[in-house]
Amino acid sequence: MKIIIKNGSEQPLYQQIKDQIKGGILRQELKEGEKLPSIRSLANDLHVSVLTTKRVYDELEKEGFIVTTVGKGSFVASDNLEMLSESKRHMIEKKLSEAWQMAKTLGINKQELYLMMDIIFEEDDE
Amino acid sequence: MTTVLDVKNLKKELDTFSLAKVDFLLKEGCITGFIGINGSGKTTTIKTILGLYPRDEGSIKFFGKEIEKNEYIIKNRIGVVLDEGYFYEDMTLKEMKSVIAPAYTNWDESIFLKYINRFNLKLNQKIATLSKGMRMKFALTLALSHHADLLIMDEPTSGLDPLIRNELMEILLDFMEEDGKSVFFSTHITSDLDKVADMLILIDKGRIIFNESKDELLDRHALVKGDNSLINEHTRRLFLSLRQTAVGFEGITDKLDVVREQMNDCLIERPSIENIMLAYVKEG
Repeated sequence: MKIIIKNGSEQPLYQQIKDQIKGGILRQELKEGEKLPSIRSLANDLHVSVLTTKRVYDELEKEGFIVTTVGKGSFVASDNLEMLSESKRHMIEKKLSEAWQMAKTLGINKQELYLMMDIIFEEDDE
Repeated sequence: MTTVLDVKNLKKELDTFSLAKVDFLLKEGCITGFIGINGSGKTTTIKTILGLYPRDEGSIKFFGKEIEKNEYIIKNRIGVVLDEGYFYEDMTLKEMKSVIAPAYTNWDESIFLKYINRFNLKLNQKIATLSKGMRMKFALTLALSHHADLLIMDEPTSGLDPLIRNELMEILLDFMEEDGKSVFFSTHITSDLDKVADMLILIDKGRIIFNESKDELLDRHALVKGDNSLINEHTRRLFLSLRQTAVGFEGITDKLDVVREQMNDCLIERPSIENIMLAYVKEG
């Protein structure tokens, strides 16, 4: 598992760590069922608080990326439906923001963009 | 996370100093750094918690139990390292150990010898001849040898060189590897905490200023630098502390979003624990 923390980053620490673990799981560098380090040893390795790594694991668990069993530790979830949908959702958001950036450079405003979307929805319905 | 120490409304009047309504909690599984400048009340707080000073008011619960009624059980679960080791100077390390060991039901000779070897301490050496670093190591050895769940240390690193300080931090992290352990230690050398602390409690003039997760504290504060032209009556208020020189300003803020919005072209950096501590500790 590779995690690099940027000290000058605007993102809070837990977010940086969470995103990178998530990334590792989505890119399948972390395999289904793989054991993750304990919150204490991850905290020690990254020089962050155990409260931060605990929050990361808690949130990753809530989002279905990992499973934690008391006494055994945390593992990459093997039921990855939710994960995939989350990652696809992320892809859509990315494409939408690309579209919006492009629209802005062409001087197309929000209203016009909404209209375009509406037309696309209508075409799809027909 | 369960609470290992719950201090409520602690008051203590000394001749020249008083603790005013000290409240805080320690969580299990955390290393909590107790920070503050010299004379802020760190040692008084620790000694009062441990019952070395009688308190005037307030309640102290270790592991959910009142200390008065459960002193023996509680002291068995606590390891203590104080600034001035409470040792008999004429004794050898071995003699001192035989005075202390019987006080604990869980004394573990093998752990004791493990640390004596690790620290290169000599059992037949007289306490009086120990250097400051050796003294701390011996006190730590005693504190770790009875399977304590909570380690309380008062300024364990003060006056020690960076190498020994680093060694101590590594030992604390080793200690924390086991479930259910907690550490509470005071220091004015905040760089010791950068690597190891989970929680930070700041005390100033006998009052607790904050008790917060280290990372969240560092996330919500920022060190801002820039040109003096950015500082006006309004932006000045965004800073907890602000230092202006002929070449620019440098300040600590806890209103990062507003600074980002209203001050263009300034440099925003992650602060150190020391930056934050000094911003809260007002002079006078």
